[in-house]
Amino acid sequence: MSDLETFRKDARAWLEENCPAEMRDGAGGEDNICWGGRNWKFQSEAQKIWLGRMAEKGWTVPAWPKEYGGGGLSKEEVKILKSEMRDIKARSPLESFGIWMLGPALLKYGTHEQKLHFLPPITRGEIRWCQGYSEPNAGSDLASLQCKCEDKGDHWLVNGQKVWTSYADESDWIFCLVRTDPKATKHNGISFLLIDMAAQGVSTKPIKLISGKSPFCETFFDDVKVPKEHAPGIGAIVGDLNRGWDVAKYLLTHEREMISAGGGGLFGGRGIGEIAASEIGLEDGRLADPMLRGKIAQAEIDGWAFLLTLERMKDEAKAGQGVGANSSLLIYYGSEFNKRRFELLMDSGGSEALEWEGERTQDGKLARSWLRTKANSIEGGTSEVQLNIIAKHILRLPGA
Amino acid sequence: MALVLTEEQQMLRDSARGFLDEKAPVSALRKLRDANDETGFSRDLWKEMAEMGWAGILVGEDHGGTDFGFVGAGVLAEEMGRTLTASPFLSTSILAATALQKLGGDAQRQEHLPKISAGDAVFALAVDETRKHGPQKTAMKAEKHGNGFKLSGDKTFVADGQVADNIIVAARTAGAPGDAEGITLFLIDAAAKGVTAERTVMVDSRGAARLKFDGVEATGDDVLGEVDGGLAALEGVLNAGRAGLAAEMSGSAQAAFAMTMDYLKERKQFGTEIGSFQALQHRAAHLYSEIELMKSVTLKALQDLDEHYGMAGIICSLAKAKAGEVAKLAAQEAVQMHGGIGMTDEFDIGFYMKRIRVAQEMFGDAAFHADRLAMMRGY
Repeated sequence: MSDLETFRKDARAWLEENCPAEMRDGAGGEDNICWGGRNWKFQSEAQKIWLGRMAEKGWTVPAWPKEYGGGGLSKEEVKILKSEMRDIKARSPLESFGIWMLGPALLKYGTHEQKLHFLPPITRGEIRWCQGYSEPNAGSDLASLQCKCEDKGDHWLVNGQKVWTSYADESDWIFCLVRTDPKATKHNGISFLLIDMAAQGVSTKPIKLISGKSPFCETFFDDVKVPKEHAPGIGAIVGDLNRGWDVAKYLLTHEREMISAGGGGLFGGRGIGEIAASEIGLEDGRLADPMLRGKIAQAEIDGWAFLLTLERMKDEAKAGQGVGANSSLLIYYGSEFNKRRFELLMDSGGSEALEWEGERTQDGKLARSWLRTKANSIEGGTSEVQLNIIAKHILRLPGA
Repeated sequence: MALVLTEEQQMLRDSARGFLDEKAPVSALRKLRDANDETGFSRDLWKEMAEMGWAGILVGEDHGGTDFGFVGAGVLAEEMGRTLTASPFLSTSILAATALQKLGGDAQRQEHLPKISAGDAVFALAVDETRKHGPQKTAMKAEKHGNGFKLSGDKTFVADGQVADNIIVAARTAGAPGDAEGITLFLIDAAAKGVTAERTVMVDSRGAARLKFDGVEATGDDVLGEVDGGLAALEGVLNAGRAGLAAEMSGSAQAAFAMTMDYLKERKQFGTEIGSFQALQHRAAHLYSEIELMKSVTLKALQDLDEHYGMAGIICSLAKAKAGEVAKLAAQEAVQMHGGIGMTDEFDIGFYMKRIRVAQEMFGDAAFHADRLAMMRGY
């Protein structure tokens, strides 16, 4: 038996023994995620047990090195573990911005001491992080951010405002882009700073969205003193002073690759045509609304072609072919397609899909999801920004 | 199977590109058009392609072919799409070769496949009778006559029908137009009594014809596949043609797009390259994305034809629909972004728009295939 086969067998046996039955319902969706953190209230005892066991094994972040709380697994082993988890429909034990964003940034740019200090609490779900990037006047033009960070000898003094900070009101720490050199050109005076949200002068205010939910906040910094070292030898800045844009750029690329790699998740569940057929009905084997039927068929063609493109680009990457900047293509097309898909689902649902409250529609579940998709083409770089990237880096058009 | 070309397929692509750029650029098609060439392609060039193994790309080695499979055929179709090469590749090397390989009896294969491989015979597939594609609508009659059949009816939009040596024709041995049952495929000598071909000069300057069958006699030996059960068999052959056309359109769209990107980088207005204008950049980037999607479905359709031929119907419809729409967009954007020069006959881009228009109509346009896909998906 090869090493990988042995690993698969062991992983399967371990999961079988350690994954609680309640965590094997394959439930995804934002409502079922375990985010962790100081203020986290577990939704069930099983959720707590599952996190504890996985964290101990290092499998909340299986690819991270063991010394920082990870599983130290190879790429192939991670793939096997994920496929074994899928097979028993195991929920993810823990998700967080610490895992997705800060971790990869620290692993690449952090000192060994910073990694030892900050990473293990992330892997155990003890500290929940949020991301402070956008500002009221720095959205698509992120590098124009103004949040002020002054050198006061033994500490940094931070003043300014962030916006679209996901779950800032429930987070323990924030990783921020701040301006440490106002005189430098705009990309060269930014630093990547770690701030304890419990510090004096940090406050948050949830933003209510059109879906009725408030996943994002405004975050304010009023004379916040951030120690230069959070503990002896543990610097508050990741990477070099004034080189925070490098870290941000690395993370944006990482984020895009992650989104594009996970793009298949956009299409979980039943096809649009199948849903429409059950809601509107058929006449002579065709959807009873012929104009809508045509639009749905076109959308299914595009959706399918998109999934095949994800597959092709993964295969090309494996074969050492392909274009790196294509992740922008995948994000652009995927997010635009998802919006289109939900428009068609709303069309299929008709007036019933418009009910905002009540059991019949699970409090307007579809309508709220439909509204949520409108952010797909805004967050993490708007569709227009993605098109700019394609024009510049792939098509090499002038002045782009 | 990984959704990428193998090394062997990449080599085929590279050598095809080199050959076609040199021997069959768009100017070759222009020459044929200006000469009002009846054949519609260069026989010398076709012979050369046959010598390289292209004509028999789908034919087994026992019949002189190179047996490269549908992905290989698609690679060639795509490259010919880039240069708008006129040849009987689709009619003979994809459609007829597939029909004979999949449906032909030993004698039929023995007689015809070596000639296809050698580039010595041109075939045509005659299916449509009305202006819109629909094999099931076949009305042409094949009535029992003695031990054989008598074929009567008209066919239209037959690629290479004006020069074909042999014609594969769908006719009704039973049932009425619209019925799935009762269609039979016949392999008819184009010189047979009662067959007449009227060359139709088409917008794309490629060879095509309307065919008339007036009491053409056929024997049981001329039947390709099974009597009455021909629709499924015909669909299989058409699927290969659809995937081939998708590949061709993919090549044409990529070439038109490349020409357009070059133009955006050199044409200056308002004191700067027009490619620096965001209004054009975003449209170009969108089109680029669509082209990438087209490439993925096309390759998948060809791979599926190789791996599970009988199950490839839905993916071939997907590829034909997507490629048709994307190539059309590429042609339209190419003309628009070239501005006035794009409207001139002297400039090549118009040839692309014309060929894409024909290719997207042939064997079902995007609407036909979207409908077919929806039916197969249960709505």
